Amino acid sequence: MTDLTRLTAAETAAKIASGETSAVEVAQAHLDRIAAIDEKVHAFLHVDSEGALAAARAVDDKRARGEKLGPLAGVPLALKDIFTTEGVPTTVGSKILEGWIPPYDATLTKRLKAADIVILGKTNMDEFAMGSSTENSAYGPTSNPWDLTRIPGGSGGGSSAALASFQAPLAIGTDTGGSIRQPAAVTGTVGVKPTYGGVSRYGMVAFSSSLDQGGPCARTVLDAALLHEAIAGHDPLDSTSIDAPVPPVVEAARNGDVKGLRVGVVKEFAGEGYQAGVMQRFNESVELLRELGAEVVELSCPSFTYALAAYYLIAPSECSSNLARFDGLRYGLRTGDDGTRSAEEVTSLTREAGFGPEVKRRIMLGTYALSSGYYDAYYGSAQKVRTLITRDFERAFADVDVLVSPTTPTTAFPIGERADDPMAMYLADLCTIPANLAGNAAMSLPCGLAPEDGLPVGLQIIAPALADDRLYRVGAAVEAAFTTRWGHPLLEEAPTL
Amino acid sequence: MTVTEDLVSYEDALAAYDPVMGLEVHVELGTKTKMFCGCSTELGAPPNSQTCPTCLGLPGSLPVVNAVGVESAVKIGLALNCEIAEWCRFARKNYFYPDMPKNFQTSQYDEPIAFNGYLDVEVDGETFRVEIERAHMEEDTGKSTHVGGATGRIHGAQHSLLDYNRAGIPLIEIVTKPIVGAGAKAPEVAKAYVAELRELIKALGVSEARMEMGQMRCDVNLSLRPIGEEKFGTRSETKNVNSLRSVERAVRFEVQRHAAVLGTGGKIVQETRHFHEEDGSTTSGRIKEEAEDYRYFPEPDLVPVAPSREWVEELRATLPELPRVRRQRLQAEWGISDHEMQSVLNAGAIDPIVATIDAGAPADQARKWWMGELARRANESGTELSALPISAAQVARVCELVAEGTLNDKLARQVIEAVLLGEGDPDQVVEQRGLAIVSDDSALGAAVDEAIAANPAVADKVRDGKIAAAGALVGAVMKATRGQADAGRARELILERLGVQG
Repeated sequence: MTDLTRLTAAETAAKIASGETSAVEVAQAHLDRIAAIDEKVHAFLHVDSEGALAAARAVDDKRARGEKLGPLAGVPLALKDIFTTEGVPTTVGSKILEGWIPPYDATLTKRLKAADIVILGKTNMDEFAMGSSTENSAYGPTSNPWDLTRIPGGSGGGSSAALASFQAPLAIGTDTGGSIRQPAAVTGTVGVKPTYGGVSRYGMVAFSSSLDQGGPCARTVLDAALLHEAIAGHDPLDSTSIDAPVPPVVEAARNGDVKGLRVGVVKEFAGEGYQAGVMQRFNESVELLRELGAEVVELSCPSFTYALAAYYLIAPSECSSNLARFDGLRYGLRTGDDGTRSAEEVTSLTREAGFGPEVKRRIMLGTYALSSGYYDAYYGSAQKVRTLITRDFERAFADVDVLVSPTTPTTAFPIGERADDPMAMYLADLCTIPANLAGNAAMSLPCGLAPEDGLPVGLQIIAPALADDRLYRVGAAVEAAFTTRWGHPLLEEAPTL
Repeated sequence: MTVTEDLVSYEDALAAYDPVMGLEVHVELGTKTKMFCGCSTELGAPPNSQTCPTCLGLPGSLPVVNAVGVESAVKIGLALNCEIAEWCRFARKNYFYPDMPKNFQTSQYDEPIAFNGYLDVEVDGETFRVEIERAHMEEDTGKSTHVGGATGRIHGAQHSLLDYNRAGIPLIEIVTKPIVGAGAKAPEVAKAYVAELRELIKALGVSEARMEMGQMRCDVNLSLRPIGEEKFGTRSETKNVNSLRSVERAVRFEVQRHAAVLGTGGKIVQETRHFHEEDGSTTSGRIKEEAEDYRYFPEPDLVPVAPSREWVEELRATLPELPRVRRQRLQAEWGISDHEMQSVLNAGAIDPIVATIDAGAPADQARKWWMGELARRANESGTELSALPISAAQVARVCELVAEGTLNDKLARQVIEAVLLGEGDPDQVVEQRGLAIVSDDSALGAAVDEAIAANPAVADKVRDGKIAAAGALVGAVMKATRGQADAGRARELILERLGVQG
């Protein structure tokens, strides 16, 4: 019998549509898998077995009635715990929202449901999406299925680990500085940060509003495209959502091709701090693109050097304002309300107990950066750098169709290694941050295992804003060529757990 | 509230100092929905019944700008002779307060939608130009009710109740430039400005601007500088001065208080102050030792507002006649003095009078009834003139009945009283109460004969040519007919009977 958890999303949907299996069987297989192995991985914060089975039954009923099923009907999905789900807990990996049951669905949640996708549960993440390892979750870290002593990336480590350990064929992530791509890279999965405004942020708990972007995570490029199509598109409830047709991502994913494509390699994404094995696999990827008919040019984006610094002013500034609402008055945790304390004291105690150290660090950084007298030097300068980075991209895309780089300078590091060194942790997002600052679309997909540690390496592809389809066209070609070269998908080499 | 402050007399204060004012007026727009979500703005609903994830600031929620709110803001800007921004953004004003769900207010900071305008106001027939710094869009907060304390303030309260129905209601904040040169008239200028602004907002139809309902709220900033000096003094900020009279009183009080402090070598502390309706005083609120740091930054959840020039011009073309221009036109049409026009304005009678004229009444008659009998009754019942239960058409009909001779003034007053009591239209009242003038000669004749017979001495005087004495006989006829007689016809009959030419 086929192991239903090893199928791609496209295969799963086809088997359900043809009646070869049922959505309930598929959901149950995944729930069983979660029950069996998630103790080791800790990808999920909350498993909604009842909701998942009910949604699956609804798909089977639909099919029984002869209704047409969507391309992902009945396919299970792991939802990052940053999107609100009506009646299902949403914690954002924080103690401060422990016990909160949202009264409404995020637009993305609604779209998943409308597409008959079966939501298995909510996945672990760095608290408020602040981190690159999922170690900042208030509910304990998630392990990398390739090596349980290592981090699965972050902030969306729960989603990437769920995919890599075959607990779900699809997942949702959010990417503020790399939180979809970096976890994808270190777990050998595919993750896409759509163009800013491509996927609605309504109901996605805000970290840094001008950078946050939800997107698809999967084990194949085509699966990511199918999910991308299901969740993308204009939302009148999100003013920053793009009012334009969704780029033809599925068509692009079905027609991988790089012939005649101009590919740019950014000089600044190399050098000190980049692991040798990562650079080796990246250089092989560039060679592969050449072999497949792409024209590769090296170019310089000098402002990228300042991207990390700008990001660590803009993101904390916005977060210091976005997180001000967590005051213990209306929802979530409330600490110290014993009838003798003032509202201000209760708020203070609630935040003390409810926010973790990284969140507090960023709130303080941002509060400082926005303060009168410092605003111009910090937030103002950072916005100028952001403009310069956008111009660097514009110049680059005048010359090439896509840019490529390693997704992350190193492979998955051991849990605990960088926990006390925020700067080292921040460097994990060195290559991913520029695309967030400029609002471009970007993807990470597997390009092999680093020889020195046998851990997955990610190839990042960056496309101009609104050209998300290019990612899929290039990604599908690279994926097909690598799969042929390796003889199987990379994840086949992961431990079975 | 006891006034603990020493005050100097207003005249002494003005002899030494020049008052400088700044007025900040918040107007709640009358949009159907809130500024950033689709919740209703209807007043009086049960607490928290008009809320959603966005106006409650729930995690994940996002704002969307109310287009009608922007349109209203542009209209106000245009009516205040402002420039309208071609491109402007919202900003977050970060501060903590329990009735503010997000703990920041979505407002505008250095990019207001309208700026650099003015509003001309009149005080004692003189025009005074108040310059406008800016008008910007923002959202209202929720409402806190503090329970258990002595004063209704948060201090000493056992617990607080929060109602977020008001949270997110669109506000326009209109800020003046420093108002200098008003001198002794500063309190009147402040009052006239707020009054004129209210008229303008109402004329634009963007808000009912009812101050007693909190739809329009005023903060009064005031400082004094010694006469002849350039530099402004330290200001106090008196918050929530919520009636026209209070605006005037707050300015006057602060002038006297500042003068007392400065006169004894003291220093004015920059602080917010509370105004007390009972005695017109202000007391210290919180002291602003340093300017509060709101950490403004552009609101990343909203896209910029960029009103196209074509749209702005379209709106400009649809602006109604502005109140001051309209008053000037009406004053000329009615041929009345500045003083009379001011009384009409103060009585809130302009719209009722115009409506009555539109319903067919002559201007002087419409004015007479609204400023006389109706103003008196409104005053007695403590209601606004426009809230009296009589329509302009009904008043116009009363005027018509008087002109036709069916009613005289005394009867007309009775008809109006009956209409106000809900007895129906004027014609119905005349019919039901039998109030029409008695003018047929047979009915009148008897009354006239009786009057002559009862007053032989007066009758003789009239016969001797003292025609003015006939008034006493007319009075007797009126008394006998309980006022229903046609006084003119009665006089004619009397003179006829006594053989005298009228």
